[in-house]
Amino acid sequence: MIAGVFSQIGQSFQQLIGDVSSNPLFYLISFVLILSALMVVTLKNIFHSALFLILTLFSVAGIYILLHAEFLAAVQVLIYVGAVAILIIFAIMLTSQLTSKRIVQTNEQVTVALLICFGFLGTAFLSIPYTVWRIADVALPAENIFTLGKLLMTDYVLPFEVVSIVLLAALIGAVVLARREGS
Amino acid sequence: MEQYLAVLIFLFAGIGLVLFTFFFSRLIRPANPYKAKNQNYECAEKPIGDSWIKFNNRFYIFALIFVVFDVEAVFLFPWAVAFGRLGLYALIEMIIFIVILIFGLFYAWKRGVLKWV
Repeated sequence: MIAGVFSQIGQSFQQLIGDVSSNPLFYLISFVLILSALMVVTLKNIFHSALFLILTLFSVAGIYILLHAEFLAAVQVLIYVGAVAILIIFAIMLTSQLTSKRIVQTNEQVTVALLICFGFLGTAFLSIPYTVWRIADVALPAENIFTLGKLLMTDYVLPFEVVSIVLLAALIGAVVLARREGS
Repeated sequence: MEQYLAVLIFLFAGIGLVLFTFFFSRLIRPANPYKAKNQNYECAEKPIGDSWIKFNNRFYIFALIFVVFDVEAVFLFPWAVAFGRLGLYALIEMIIFIVILIFGLFYAWKRGVLKWV
């Protein structure tokens, strides 16, 4: 029965990632991703952890490219590798007495946390084969990003302009918060 | 997928260059460390504390504003790809988008958060 579950899991993964599973680059990128993610949660210097987090996020972008999600990969590099990583590094460098300290990343609750994590992992593994993954049967448009840009400029032009107002609100909010602390 | 070969070569060349310079310089340089040499500043005053210092809080607002304009760049990207075949209409839409955001930059400027010291 267990062997059946595992073969079903294998089939589901095969169906999900398709031709990617035969690509050696997928395994190389996954290896770098998992290794750097482990470094993030085990290293003693929080600044080094942040640098490895950047490598982790960058590897995720590589996975996106292998899955033909080019725009998502660009967003991943721009937003996560570019902006979020900068924010994290700034936050570390602006916090006094954090960068040079050797920190311990675990506390007395490590066993509970491990149990919960393995619970989540197990649930994910078991739920993957029993989920119906809807995969679009139409072929991907050859010019993925061009289509996206065209849709943004034509059908979705109002949400597009509203995004600008949302960003404006975020910017003003940041300025107001910074000013209050500064003065 | 083939067009990413250049990206891959670039990536490996970048990693390789850093590794090469690190190990090659280690190979050819003389190793003769002593106490004075290992100080943060080799000459003049005796340094206090270590080289990890706390940076000014004012830097953070620049990072936050950068994030907002980085998100804007994400929208510029598909627009730029599609622009060649969309023409004036797309240009006007993007100008509206950017002008709304420029207001935020002006607001930050007016409030003086971009001022140094």
